[in-house]
Amino acid sequence: MTPSVKHRVQLFASWSDTLGPEVEVELPAGARVADLLETLETQAKSKSITPLPRPSVALNQRYAKPDAVLAAGDEIAIIPPVAGG
Amino acid sequence: MRTALVDRPLDPTALLAEVAAVSSGASTLFVGTVRRSNQGRAVTGIDYSAYAPMAEAEMQRIAEEAVARFGTPHVVVEHRLGTLTLGEASIAIAVSHERRAAAMDAQRYIIEEFKARVPIWKREHYVDGDRAWVDNQGGAVAV
Repeated sequence: MTPSVKHRVQLFASWSDTLGPEVEVELPAGARVADLLETLETQAKSKSITPLPRPSVALNQRYAKPDAVLAAGDEIAIIPPVAGG
Repeated sequence: MRTALVDRPLDPTALLAEVAAVSSGASTLFVGTVRRSNQGRAVTGIDYSAYAPMAEAEMQRIAEEAVARFGTPHVVVEHRLGTLTLGEASIAIAVSHERRAAAMDAQRYIIEEFKARVPIWKREHYVDGDRAWVDNQGGAVAV
């Protein structure tokens, strides 16, 4: 059986409104950013009737690609479409 | 070069003074302000929030890119967080350069990259009491 890893994830804006400012997600070791997003999108669908905007994911304060592998202890953040300026 | 997230009113002319240099023949100042309507809805104010540690890191990265790309160290940017009312400044960017074209290009680069990359969000407040997160195309996104 693949060992699983618990990841703490920070959320912002509409994603924070729906799932809270921080969640813990348990994924198989070696899981990727895309796997995390799939898990969170399933959770969001059960809590919100309106679909949330597709977010980016940041690992250790840098944008990460969907195939980036999550490591234990990474600082993970869900970044909805930004709107600064 | 300096970038900062701040929670007090911005002082754009202070930023202009900060980038002044006798080697510069051009100084530019861009100020983004809260306007009274968006997509036909009357706006009363905007809450700005951020993933602060990453926002600060990303602001710094963008300013460093501008310094390298346009060849001036005289770049200062401040972005305000919190609740802003109409007409208040949310961002101020000051650049000075030997030449005007490079100063204007650098400033344009910084604002466009900020809007695409810095993890800051705005929630508009409307006259009817409704609130909505907005994206950088100006549209309301799901709440």
